[in-house]
Amino acid sequence: MIEIDIEKKIRNESGGIELNVKTAFQLNAITRLDGPSGIGKTTLLKMIAGLIRPDKGLIKFGNDVWFNGNQSYSKKVQERNIGFVFQDYALFPNMTVDEHLKFGTYDSDYIDELLLIGEMADLRKRLPKQLSGGQQQRLAILRALATKPSLLLMDEPFSALDTALKLRLIDKLKTLFTEKKITVVLVSHQESELDKNSFIFNLG
Amino acid sequence: MDLQPIWLSIKLALVTTSILLVIGIPVAYWLSRKQTFVKLIAEALITMPLVLPPSVLGFYLLLAFSPNNGLGKWLHQHLNLQLVFSFRGLIIASIIYSLPFMISPVKTAFSHLSKSMEEASYVMGKSKIQTFFAVLLPNIKPSIYTAAVLTFAHTLGEFGVVLMIGGNIPGETRVASIAIYNAVEVMDYDAANMYALILFAITFIVVISVFVINRNAVKSPFE
Repeated sequence: MIEIDIEKKIRNESGGIELNVKTAFQLNAITRLDGPSGIGKTTLLKMIAGLIRPDKGLIKFGNDVWFNGNQSYSKKVQERNIGFVFQDYALFPNMTVDEHLKFGTYDSDYIDELLLIGEMADLRKRLPKQLSGGQQQRLAILRALATKPSLLLMDEPFSALDTALKLRLIDKLKTLFTEKKITVVLVSHQESELDKNSFIFNLG
Repeated sequence: MDLQPIWLSIKLALVTTSILLVIGIPVAYWLSRKQTFVKLIAEALITMPLVLPPSVLGFYLLLAFSPNNGLGKWLHQHLNLQLVFSFRGLIIASIIYSLPFMISPVKTAFSHLSKSMEEASYVMGKSKIQTFFAVLLPNIKPSIYTAAVLTFAHTLGEFGVVLMIGGNIPGETRVASIAIYNAVEVMDYDAANMYALILFAITFIVVISVFVINRNAVKSPFE
């Protein structure tokens, strides 16, 4: 289980909101976070990742404590072994598709496998600016998987993909998740083939 | 025609720019992160040479470097270092004088990089140092070129500060701008014209190169 019991004040345009989350997500499963805009879905994802520090509370991944407000302990983001797909992709403009993946792993067979999953094998030498929006989003997903994470956090990961491509990608991703025992938490307003029949956590 | 002042100017500009690249980039990065009161003060101090008359800066540096006073005395006694009327002194003065030209463009570039890009690198297990060199630095290259070129050009044209602390020693502190002044003083307009033309040409090339660099940068939507 990923146990989450945290509090965080979020400042936004309309002043601020108090984010209180107490829940648990299944390991080796897919959970979708849903809820209205501005409720703190991205913030919650980033707190699980260790990119934003909760004000207080506890986050545990299995038996591993990732955050403990009482002891003001926070496990370094670098040591959590996660993958993160950012809403704005956050690609590195200076790196080619290949270099993005090599930044995460030395395993060239695995890189080939990822490129096949994302249907990007022909685009290895391209820089992000030479990719379409959908290709950039696929690269963001592949890069997040490159480090072989045990937890994959995705923020609106399929928003720029057309339906046919999305279905093919999700199909291959599902196999990979099962094979590599990857736990997935994603933020999405819409149900997709990935999280159909899986867990939904409604925020707000 | 004595070309030594031109070489001295170029040497001073090259040394100053190299040292400022090493000092300026980390400081710019530090300043571009979360704003604090200390950083506000630091940034104001770094920006001061931009608006301060060079003679004011030169005057205080002269006092500071003087072997009769605190810092200058200490340097003289302990390191046997004399900064007034020496090339070394010019380098230190130029570094202070050109600080904003190096730091300001680089700082702006760092703060325009998306935060998630940096976070993406951390998530992939990379340390701050690794992220700095592999992700952040390569993506602000055009700004670093611009900053280096501006620093170089600015140091090349330095006059007031040099006059205050360097004086006019041939081969040591007589840089091109001083040589022009000197030539005019003794009515040698031909020499003054030569120095002026050479400085003009170098500066022109430098400004052109800034434009070229920036144009290439604008072409790419990611920079």
